[in-house]
Amino acid sequence: MRAWLAAHAGGFSAALKRLSITPLGSALNALVIGIALSLPVGLYLLVSNLQAASQQLTAAPQISAFMALDASRAEIAQIEVRLKQTPRITAFRLVPREQALAEFKKSSGLNDVIEGLPQNPLPDAFVIDAADASPEALEALRDEIRQWPRVAHVQLDAQWARRLDAGLRLARLVAAILGTLLGVALVAVTFNTIRLQVLTRREEIEVIKLIGATDAFIQRPFLYFGALQGLAGGAVAWGIVSAGAYLANRSLGELSHVYAALLQLNNLTPGDSLVLLLTATALGWLGAWISVSRHLALIEPYIHKSL
Amino acid sequence: MISFSHVSKRYPGGHQALQDVSFSIDAGELVFVTGHSGAGKSTLLKLLVAIERPTSGSVIVNGQNVGALNRRAVPFMRRSFGLVFQDHKLLFDRNVFDNVALPLQIAGFPGKDAARRVRAALDKVGLLKFEAAMPITLSGGEQQRLCMARAIVHRPAILLADEPTGNLDTEYALEIGELIRSFNQVGVTAIIATHDQSLLAQLAPRVISLRQGVLESGAAA
Repeated sequence: MRAWLAAHAGGFSAALKRLSITPLGSALNALVIGIALSLPVGLYLLVSNLQAASQQLTAAPQISAFMALDASRAEIAQIEVRLKQTPRITAFRLVPREQALAEFKKSSGLNDVIEGLPQNPLPDAFVIDAADASPEALEALRDEIRQWPRVAHVQLDAQWARRLDAGLRLARLVAAILGTLLGVALVAVTFNTIRLQVLTRREEIEVIKLIGATDAFIQRPFLYFGALQGLAGGAVAWGIVSAGAYLANRSLGELSHVYAALLQLNNLTPGDSLVLLLTATALGWLGAWISVSRHLALIEPYIHKSL
Repeated sequence: MISFSHVSKRYPGGHQALQDVSFSIDAGELVFVTGHSGAGKSTLLKLLVAIERPTSGSVIVNGQNVGALNRRAVPFMRRSFGLVFQDHKLLFDRNVFDNVALPLQIAGFPGKDAARRVRAALDKVGLLKFEAAMPITLSGGEQQRLCMARAIVHRPAILLADEPTGNLDTEYALEIGELIRSFNQVGVTAIIATHDQSLLAQLAPRVISLRQGVLESGAAA
C-alpha cells in the first residue's frame, strides 16, 4: 500500500515537473481546453437559468383580454358580469386604462414621451385566471372570450413562455451536442500533447524499460499529466463562465431597475462546478491513456544501435 | 545461473544472427563474449534481457525461460540485471543522483534507504562529489562510471555490459575494468561483450567467442 502510494506520488510529481518545464505551452493548452469547454457550459448555464424562469411563469397561466379603445363603462361592466358567470374562470381583475398608463410610466422611464401623447393609447384590460390550466382548455377559453362584444384582443400570457420552453429544450440539446463534440476535442488535444511527449521522451522510455520499468510505471506520469491538463482546462472554463455570469449580472442589475423585477443569472452550483472539473479531468486522463498505451507499444528498447 | 541450449536467432528478413549456440554460466563467474561486429554478441545480450526472443532453443536465467516469458513478467526479470551500455544511456534531464536512483524508483524502493544506496553506489565509482551535477557536464569516463553506478545500485545478481570501454581512453578503460573486477569479487556474475584486448588482458576472464553466429570456443568453463 505504501509502495503503491509512493509510486503514484512519484508519477504525480513527475507530471507536475513536466507541466512546469513548459509553463507557456501548458498554460496555452489549458486555455484552449478551457475556452472550448466554456462554450457548452455557458450555454448550459444560460438555458438552465431561463428554464427556471420560464417554469415560474408557466406555473400560473393567465389570459389577458383587451377591450376596444372606445369601449364604454357599461360595455366593460357587461363583460365583467359575463366573466363572473363563467364557471371556468376562478378569478379576474380589471386593469383600467388609466392605471395601465400610470404603471407603464413608472416602469418604462419613458415619462416625457408618454406625457407628449395626445391621448392614452392603452385599452382597458382584464387579467383572467382559468380553473383548468391545460393548454387546450386555455385555448378554448381564449377563443370563447374573443367572440364577446367589444373585446378587441385576447392573449394567452403563458403561450410565449411555452414557446420559450420549447426553444430552451432545443438549446439544451444544442448544449449537449456541443458539449459532447468539445469533450471529444479535449480528448483529441490531450491525445496529441501526450503523443508529442512520448515521442520526445522516446529515449528515456527505452532506457527505463530496459532497467525494468513496468508499463504502469512508464504510463503514470503521462496519465497524471493528461488529467492535470484537463483539470486546468476545466478550471479555466469555470473561470470564464463565472466571469461571464458576473458581468451579465451587472448589466442585468440595471435592467432589473427598469423592469422593476429581479433578473439574475445564477452561477454554476457547487455540484455543477464539481461535475465540470471532474469531467474535464476524466477526459484529459482518457486522452492521455489512449495516447500513451497506443504509442508505448511502438517503443521497444535496444542495446546497441547496430543490430 | 544462465544457460543457452541450442539457441538460434533468425531476424525477419533472413539474417541468421545466432546458430545452435549452447553454453552455461555459473553464479559468480566473470565471462567475456567476444567476436567481430556482426558475430552475434549484441543478439546474445538482447536474448538475455528479452528484447528479442530466440527462434529456437531456450535461454534460461535464474531458472526462468526468458524466451517464453509473459510480456508482463519481463520488467521484473530485467531487474535481476545491471546493464552497462557503450553509449551510457543516461537521462540528461536530471542530475547524477536522480539517474542512479532510477532503478530503485522503478522497483518501488522506499526513499531513505534509496538515498543511502544511491550515495553508496556513487561513492563506489568515485562520483559522490558530483551527485548534484548534470550528467552532461561529466567526461566520457565519468559518464561510463555513472552508468556503472546505476547498473549496480539495486544490487543485481548479474552485471551485463555491452562494450563498456568502447569509447574510452586506456586510462578510463582500466578504471572500468577494475570496477567490473571488484563487483565480480563480491559475487556478482559479470557478462561483458567486448573486443577490447587490453580489458581481456587485465581481467583474464573466461571467454565465449562467437564467429558469424556460431560458438567458436568457450562453451564450457
